[in-house]
Amino acid sequence: MSKFGGSNNKKEVPAMTSSSLSDIVFMLLFFFMVTTQMRETENKVQVSIPQASEVVKLERKDLNSYINIGSPIRSLQAQYGTDARIQLNDSFKTVDDIRDFVAAERDSKSEADRQFMTISIRADEDVRMGIITDVKQELRRCSALKIMYSARRPSE
Amino acid sequence: MNTSSTADIAFLLLCYFLMTTTMGSQLGLSRRLPPMPDQNQKVEDQKVNRRNIIVVKINSSDRILAGSDPIDISQLKDKVKEFLSNPAGREDLPERVPTEIEGYGTYPVSKGVISLQNDRGTSYRAYIEVQNELVKAVNELRDDFARSAFGKVYLACTEEQQDIIKKAVPQNISEAEPKDVSKRR
Repeated sequence: MSKFGGSNNKKEVPAMTSSSLSDIVFMLLFFFMVTTQMRETENKVQVSIPQASEVVKLERKDLNSYINIGSPIRSLQAQYGTDARIQLNDSFKTVDDIRDFVAAERDSKSEADRQFMTISIRADEDVRMGIITDVKQELRRCSALKIMYSARRPSE
Repeated sequence: MNTSSTADIAFLLLCYFLMTTTMGSQLGLSRRLPPMPDQNQKVEDQKVNRRNIIVVKINSSDRILAGSDPIDISQLKDKVKEFLSNPAGREDLPERVPTEIEGYGTYPVSKGVISLQNDRGTSYRAYIEVQNELVKAVNELRDDFARSAFGKVYLACTEEQQDIIKKAVPQNISEAEPKDVSKRR
């Protein structure tokens, strides 16, 4: 930081004006406000989503509900073990709870948007397919058919 | 008015938003699950012609079987592309039925269906890799069609053109009923 002052003093400029600083910071602030979304839930499972090159963007982020699948985070492993678990909203759930979860999510959307509701499956890449198949079957049973496998672009 | 504190206030706000929000990068592979069949309804009438279906199986050690032979993930895309496009008009690959597409004309649409089956022990990573290869095969066919029909790639087309392309090269990936693949071995 002292570098700034040093280079200014050579030319004998009295002081650095900081009036534009607030504008810059406000611009940063607006950038982050636009590009980010509120974190809704606290992650209780470790999820490192798999890579896929053909990913598409989700059109309506607000119509999206998440099902997180993975092994519990380090601090909860003593209590819950390392076996893969399903996290809905803020707590560990079983496959049978998905029905209630989907019903609640559906109720929270407006009537016109309900058909576009998407369930995002955010599963860890090391999870076995058995648990995901169970989840998929349960989703079919509650006729929540639009799903999305969360993935990220491969980093090259 | 003294405005020197505005920067501090803005910084505070900025920090608050940085902490409480996440970057909105919602990417993924979109799929539509088949509806659950009615229990009273018999499912015999939806028999698909044998040549029109390719079964891709992933076993519990993440090995891939496409059709009848084991295959590496790197070859899967070309295999699926050949299956869907059937360039040589072979008897054992899917038929292509000339279909009227609104706004384009008739085009021989492939009747091919990819059926993806997995084991309970398959890792999710392998499953997504295979899904990705299947989508890539369809996307490349769509690009080919888009180039010959409209002279540009699929993503550069207008929405109406994309609809036409989607009809001409459908993405028929069926995620089959869970079967215990391991039991048959």
